[in-house]
Amino acid sequence: MVTITIKGISADLGRQAVLTGLSATLRPGKLTGIIGPNGAGKSTLVRAVLGLVPTLRGSIEIEGRDLKAFSPCELARTVAYLPQGQTLHWPLSVERLVALGRLPHLGPMSRVSIEDREAVLEAMARADVAHIASRIATELSGGERARVMLARALAVGAQGLVVDEPLASLDPGHQIDVMELLAREARGGALVVAVLHDLTMAARYCDHLLLIERGMLVAEGTPAQVLTAERLRTVYGVTAHIDIVGATPMVVPTGRWPKPQVEGE
Amino acid sequence: MPVDAFPAFSPTGRHPALIPLLLVGVLVMALASVNLGPVTLSPDRIFAAFTGHGDTIAQAILFQLRLPRTLVALLVGAMLGLAGAVLQGYLRNPLAEPSVLGASNASALGAVGAIYFGVADWHPALLPVLSIASGLIALMLLFALAGRSESPLTLILAGIAVSTLAGAGISLALNLSPNPFAAMEIMAWLLGSIENRTMEHVWTALPCVMLGITLLLYDPRALDALSLGEDGARSLGVDLSRTRIRLLLGVAIGVGGAVAVSGSIGFVGLIVPHLIRPLTDRSPSALLLPSLMGGAILLTGADILVRLIPTASELKLGVVTAFLGVPVFLVHLLRERRLW
Repeated sequence: MVTITIKGISADLGRQAVLTGLSATLRPGKLTGIIGPNGAGKSTLVRAVLGLVPTLRGSIEIEGRDLKAFSPCELARTVAYLPQGQTLHWPLSVERLVALGRLPHLGPMSRVSIEDREAVLEAMARADVAHIASRIATELSGGERARVMLARALAVGAQGLVVDEPLASLDPGHQIDVMELLAREARGGALVVAVLHDLTMAARYCDHLLLIERGMLVAEGTPAQVLTAERLRTVYGVTAHIDIVGATPMVVPTGRWPKPQVEGE
Repeated sequence: MPVDAFPAFSPTGRHPALIPLLLVGVLVMALASVNLGPVTLSPDRIFAAFTGHGDTIAQAILFQLRLPRTLVALLVGAMLGLAGAVLQGYLRNPLAEPSVLGASNASALGAVGAIYFGVADWHPALLPVLSIASGLIALMLLFALAGRSESPLTLILAGIAVSTLAGAGISLALNLSPNPFAAMEIMAWLLGSIENRTMEHVWTALPCVMLGITLLLYDPRALDALSLGEDGARSLGVDLSRTRIRLLLGVAIGVGGAVAVSGSIGFVGLIVPHLIRPLTDRSPSALLLPSLMGGAILLTGADILVRLIPTASELKLGVVTAFLGVPVFLVHLLRERRLW
């Protein structure tokens, strides 16, 4: 079980301030979604949590210990990360790709252990890619590739998992597969954080949502608490049809808000 | 699925016969290179000379002519092959290699400066030092220009610019120096040659190449992690800035030392990883050791070829490697074109 506490962090990209004094707590056991419009700072936030962007002010603590006190390998073993875009530069086989997740456990010259191999097989089974283990990862369909990339992140065996836009360019069926996999991992006791653009999927699967706007946390809570018509108008600039089905809201954006001005009016 | 059925190329990621075959190849090439020359030496005489019982002529031919040439070919080839595999892995670009990126020409420029302006006469170590320094500057310039770009072609364009500039510098330096053989010498440095090398050349290259190989072979898994991009690699615990410095120094020192004795020989680092990749699981780490051995085989083979082809003056090594390398380069470019 691992908890990440973010205390008033600020970060710049180039000369632009991306995060300004953001505080939040990421807890294990439930699926946390980070939502917000383009350029709000969602990716920068998760990259800061992984030590990939330097923070100017504030601090990030993992289990009460400052992020800066972690060695790169130690941090990698604690929180696994799946970056945006499913980057893969060489045509590796699926199992070889998933095995990259074991790198934080290996020294420069050490050999792959039985334990590492078992972790890889288990990760492939959890992400349902064991049957395509010997296929070439760059030749897979988008849905298969997304699951393979997730298996790579699971193979790290970390207690925390951070995924950035895992649903990009997936059809609805594969989106559901990925979200169910993430929810399963979270309910198994892991800390799972996903940056999401699809509000319907976020509302349907996440237990906890953080809404980010211009580098600040503007709302957090259950999907029903966060996704209100008012906030969708002010933060996203859209009107939306919101239906409450059971405990989770169904969000369908319907138009721009404020409405585009028609000339001569 | 049973655990022992994983992975296919376990555990090194290579075909099990690859390393033994390459080892045999290196030995065969080395023996052929030592055997070959205008004077035919019987195997008995060669063996006797190596064990110290041979006649003086055989000993002189072997130890002053053929052995240094063979050793230089093996060292330079191994270094260029490994440097190509490492640069391709680090930059995630199958076209990267020392000569395409301009590192070879820049190192050659440093060596030319050291030799023709008399710097190398002050102290023999200044020749490789200048060569390494100028290769390092070129690589740093290149990484600064294009290292962060996601487009592989930006890097190649930057490399061509650096390479052409350094090549022009070599021509200029040789034209300015009081040297009646300037045109010949320019060719030797730009196309590479290991004619008439002595043990002194071997001792110049050896420490640099050994240090370069050590730096490049340490922690090959960092290159594997980079298959996932820079963020992916860092999130797997790879210290990227340290890796960058280690590889930059490794390539500059190794290639600088090699080029200081051979001139700039193109395409070895491009051809060898390209040929070996299909025999591995295509991860960058699996390529390193075979590329080192394959480079030694290719360059020694090319050197045997230039000695066998009957031309009025001996062919330059770079001519042979370019004929082999440019088609490989074009195949990659055509593949890349689909993405333009």
